[in-house]
Amino acid sequence: MNLRNLIWRELRERPSAMFTSTLAILLGVAALVAIRHITVFSEREVGGQLESLGANILVLPLETTLQDYYSADLSSRTLPESHVATILMENLPGVERLSPRLCVVTQVANRDVTLTGILPQSEFQTKAIWQSVSLFSNKHEGCTKPAATGPKSYDGSPEALASARTIDQLEGNQIVIGADVAEFSNLKSGQSTTLYGEMFQVLAVLPRTGTIDDTRVFAHLHTVQRLTNAGEVVNAIEVMGCCKDAAGDLVPNLAKLLPDAKVVTISQVVSTQVGVNRLMGQMSVFVFAILVVVGGASVASTISANVRERRREVGTLMALGATPGLIMRMFLLKAWALGTVGAILGSLLGLIVAVVLGSQWAGVTVTPLPSLIAIAVGSALLVTTVAAFWPARTAAQLDPCLCFQDI
Amino acid sequence: MIHLDHIRKSYRKRDHEVVAFQTQALTISKGEYVAIVGPSGSGKTTFLSLLGGMLSPDTGRVWIDGKSLYDVSISERTQRRREMIGFVFQTFNLVPYLTALENVQVPLYLAGVPREEQRERATELLRQVGLADRLDHKPCELSTGQQQRVALARTLANNPRIILADEPTGNLDPTSREMVLTLFDQFIQEGRTIVMVTHDPGAAARSRRQLRLVNGEIQDSSSPSLAASEAA
Repeated sequence: MNLRNLIWRELRERPSAMFTSTLAILLGVAALVAIRHITVFSEREVGGQLESLGANILVLPLETTLQDYYSADLSSRTLPESHVATILMENLPGVERLSPRLCVVTQVANRDVTLTGILPQSEFQTKAIWQSVSLFSNKHEGCTKPAATGPKSYDGSPEALASARTIDQLEGNQIVIGADVAEFSNLKSGQSTTLYGEMFQVLAVLPRTGTIDDTRVFAHLHTVQRLTNAGEVVNAIEVMGCCKDAAGDLVPNLAKLLPDAKVVTISQVVSTQVGVNRLMGQMSVFVFAILVVVGGASVASTISANVRERRREVGTLMALGATPGLIMRMFLLKAWALGTVGAILGSLLGLIVAVVLGSQWAGVTVTPLPSLIAIAVGSALLVTTVAAFWPARTAAQLDPCLCFQDI
Repeated sequence: MIHLDHIRKSYRKRDHEVVAFQTQALTISKGEYVAIVGPSGSGKTTFLSLLGGMLSPDTGRVWIDGKSLYDVSISERTQRRREMIGFVFQTFNLVPYLTALENVQVPLYLAGVPREEQRERATELLRQVGLADRLDHKPCELSTGQQQRVALARTLANNPRIILADEPTGNLDPTSREMVLTLFDQFIQEGRTIVMVTHDPGAAARSRRQLRLVNGEIQDSSSPSLAASEAA
């Protein structure tokens, strides 16, 4: 016989009385674990997507309706190319790279493709107008990255266009083609093709991205402007912002600078998923509150009822030599047992729900996060302890003379 | 061995003070078999609680083996109760979810006896009270007589020198009653002190000294027949 044995035998004798409070803890922990897991992995997924997109901010014509980041520049509306210079001249903190774009539909191998004019980064250096100013700001705010002078060096290979959204070098007679275009036109790097009656050499074939970029043909911006007689205009300017500036003042500053343009961030583009993540984050706080209130109240109620039922037993144990401290431990350990069972089963259930629903609802692959589970279990045990403390203290303060009374 | 010195215990009820128990001096010697008789509400249970170290008096001292029971800390008093005093209850007060063996093990566990030793001693005690074949039975699976014998085995677990019994035969059939009283006789022969509250004249007659409690005050009586008539 020992304390653990005493508690276990009592629990086993009357399991139904404990069922409600265990269930309350179990459901609270399960909901917390499931929601937090899905939220964390969904946030990581969005973060990964943002990272792969590279650009943080889009400058678009005012009337453009934004549906998808990858097709944001397919609008027939245009902006003056001079906006690029305006942004550079303003020397706004956080601007790292700019990528103005002009899109037109043309045909390659008898199939429609999007010819997208882009400005290689080398052009920013050669343009006389921009040589007179510091091209890219070093005034990073709240940035942990070391600042560097001028345009930063990125992966210079043409294939990096798929992820970095910019290209270092692109001659007027060169094109970079998407994976789908390469497939249906049988074009490879180094081969040539005709667009608008002019010969272009394929500089590179981009890796497949699963986006509309796979059906694009990228050429020099000024070549596209010349071939289409569009003039010095663009459909969109991608701004690669740095660190917190991009999420902070950069967007309002750009909007103020370019009142005839629409300035949006990637977070707005993926606003639905970001919104869902935010909602789920708030939900997890709500569920945690439910765990505290319902689980705690249930445990407090159960242990209080248990103390009332066992008053004479407590009195007898005291008559036999149990100290008030031991009586208190007896009820607290019982509450911890309920809390532990509820928390462990709840964590397992929550994980299963997160793994199944995470892939179905949020399209993310969920794996267990030990720290999150530890926090959930720890919280459940803390709630249980606090809830059981007063009933356990009441039990420890019972009059041992109750052993003589017929209760 | 037990001495009560100017003890007074009272309760307040609706602004009225009710004296539950009082005595100027009372001594119970080692090995005495004392029966406490008296009408309901006369203070018998208060008296037992005071002797058992579970109810501190308003005034006076309870001395056991020359040490004041209520001038020590709660934990020390608990320890003395555990080592020196055994209780027998009218309704047995067995823990319902434990077996007979486990019920007897409880005071041994509380005294810090190792598990294996607990088991051996509890088995031996249950054998002594004739329940060797009921070790794994729960109280609800035992007759009332058997339950009281389990309770007696539990009382003896820590080999107490003082046994405080509250109506030990109150719920028993004649055969079980006789068995319990025979065991009490045996305890006395072993040198233990018994203080027994009872309404049973026959049980009181088996004691060597009767104390009659009336309105919380002790009236010493050496005549079992007087005590029996009071109880009746």
